[in-house]
Amino acid sequence: MAILVPQPNRSLADQAYVPAIAKGLGQTMRKFFKNTLSSKKDIVTLRYPEETVEYPERFRGVHRLTQRADGSPRCVACLCCSTACPAQCIHIEAGEYEQGDPRHGYERFPKVFVIDELRCIFCGYCVEACPCDAIRMDTGMHMPPSTDRSHFIYDRETLLSIPGRDGTHESANPRHEPGDPSHPGIDRDRH
Amino acid sequence: MDALTLTLSTLAKIVFIMVIILTFAPILVWAERRQSAMIQDRIGPVRAGVKIFGYNITLLGLLHPLADALKFIFKEDFVPPKADKFLHAIAPILVVATAILAFAVIPFAEPMYLEHLGQVLPEAAARAGVVIPMQVASINSGILFIFAVAGTGVAGAALAGYASDNKYSLIGGIRAAGQMVSYEVTLGLTIVGCFMVYNTLLLEDMVTWQREHVWGIVAQPVAFILFMTCSIAETKRIPFDIPEGESEIVGGYLTEYSGMKFGMFFMGEFIEVVALAALATTLFFGGYDVPFLTSNGFNVFGMTANLPHVAVVGLQILTFVVKLAVMIWFQLMVRWTLPRFRYDQIMALCWKYILPLSLLNILVTGAIILLLS
Repeated sequence: MAILVPQPNRSLADQAYVPAIAKGLGQTMRKFFKNTLSSKKDIVTLRYPEETVEYPERFRGVHRLTQRADGSPRCVACLCCSTACPAQCIHIEAGEYEQGDPRHGYERFPKVFVIDELRCIFCGYCVEACPCDAIRMDTGMHMPPSTDRSHFIYDRETLLSIPGRDGTHESANPRHEPGDPSHPGIDRDRH
Repeated sequence: MDALTLTLSTLAKIVFIMVIILTFAPILVWAERRQSAMIQDRIGPVRAGVKIFGYNITLLGLLHPLADALKFIFKEDFVPPKADKFLHAIAPILVVATAILAFAVIPFAEPMYLEHLGQVLPEAAARAGVVIPMQVASINSGILFIFAVAGTGVAGAALAGYASDNKYSLIGGIRAAGQMVSYEVTLGLTIVGCFMVYNTLLLEDMVTWQREHVWGIVAQPVAFILFMTCSIAETKRIPFDIPEGESEIVGGYLTEYSGMKFGMFFMGEFIEVVALAALATTLFFGGYDVPFLTSNGFNVFGMTANLPHVAVVGLQILTFVVKLAVMIWFQLMVRWTLPRFRYDQIMALCWKYILPLSLLNILVTGAIILLLS
């Protein structure tokens, strides 16, 4: 038995299409003239390499190593970050300060600090693990693209040279060097 | 008029028409992409540029058609191994040639009197010397010539589908043939009402009638809507792009074409759009008619400003080109507004709605003419 489908109840204007077409044309023409003649355009496309969208504030961008006042890395080569790294992309070789340096025996420095940015999964665990606020991901940049894998192996100098989003190479958190009389506790080795 | 003048003037007119077509067609490629971008809140193509003295010249993206053409020329021209080589090669030529041929009978200004170029045109009796009609050929079958030529255009699409040795192409070609033949019938019938009102088949006389009375869109509004529908269907563009439905039959009859052969189909499509705009302008928007402009100059409700003959003709050519551009713009607007039809809907629209409506239009027009006479 045939099933009778109820016919949609359409008026003559609906069936003639012309009013609907005119309405549609009105919509497209409004858009067209707004985007060509008016000063208030609706265009959402960005001309990408020239125009970019600012990344959100907490975006985890490419890493940087923060600097001390004298320009050396804040990193003390404790290996917390490379231990925390689930992708194992951080390679650190620690170095001892010279005998007689106030920092000798108290902290070390990274002779080699290499991040393989292609291995990195940008989880941010290294930043969380760092006790010295030495590694940060607040650069607001993604990795610049390249055709060569070796360009993605960031060494110590590269990481130190990348500024934070505010343009500085330091961290906002204070740091007290060994020998600072206001913080004698950090000199415990010599007492 | 001696043979030399005839040849030279005809050649000049052909060159003029070709320049118009061959500039409009690439600009249309750009216009279509930019216009759709503007409708859809995008920017569209603006990148292609030439570096001259350190400045990157992009001309708002107008160089993109040039880049397209270069790409077309340097692409491999692939012909399927089992395709009919001759028909495969001749199909795009047929499409482009027939599209261009339609311009032969379209007038773009009033007849030019070479003797009176620098002065105000005198009364008809006092005119002398060589007169050049501003259309390539004044054929006494007039608009029927355009239909005949458009009918040949079907062969191009159908041959392309047949010769490609590809099922999708064949289906596309069959669809194109079916659609174009159907809509040609209705296309002819929709403007019979215009013939009756203008009382002529000659396009130049149609324009003259419209200059003396009213524009065709006022005299025959129903015919205009029906004609636009049919003619957009003739160009096989959205919403009537069934012959090349990507989701069903890949590229339709264009599937096996590459390089400049595809480029010619592409060009042919845009030339058809221009031809259609020219026809619509001539039939419904007074052709080269400028409001209040007579052969002697402007005449606004009795206030006259005389113009030399050459200025009048120049103004008319300019007006014709502007009207052409507006009609093309309108067609692109339609193309980017409407979704596409199904094949059965296209056929139903043609045979069940437009055909009876155009017949009704002829009937009513005839009745009104009979009552008025």
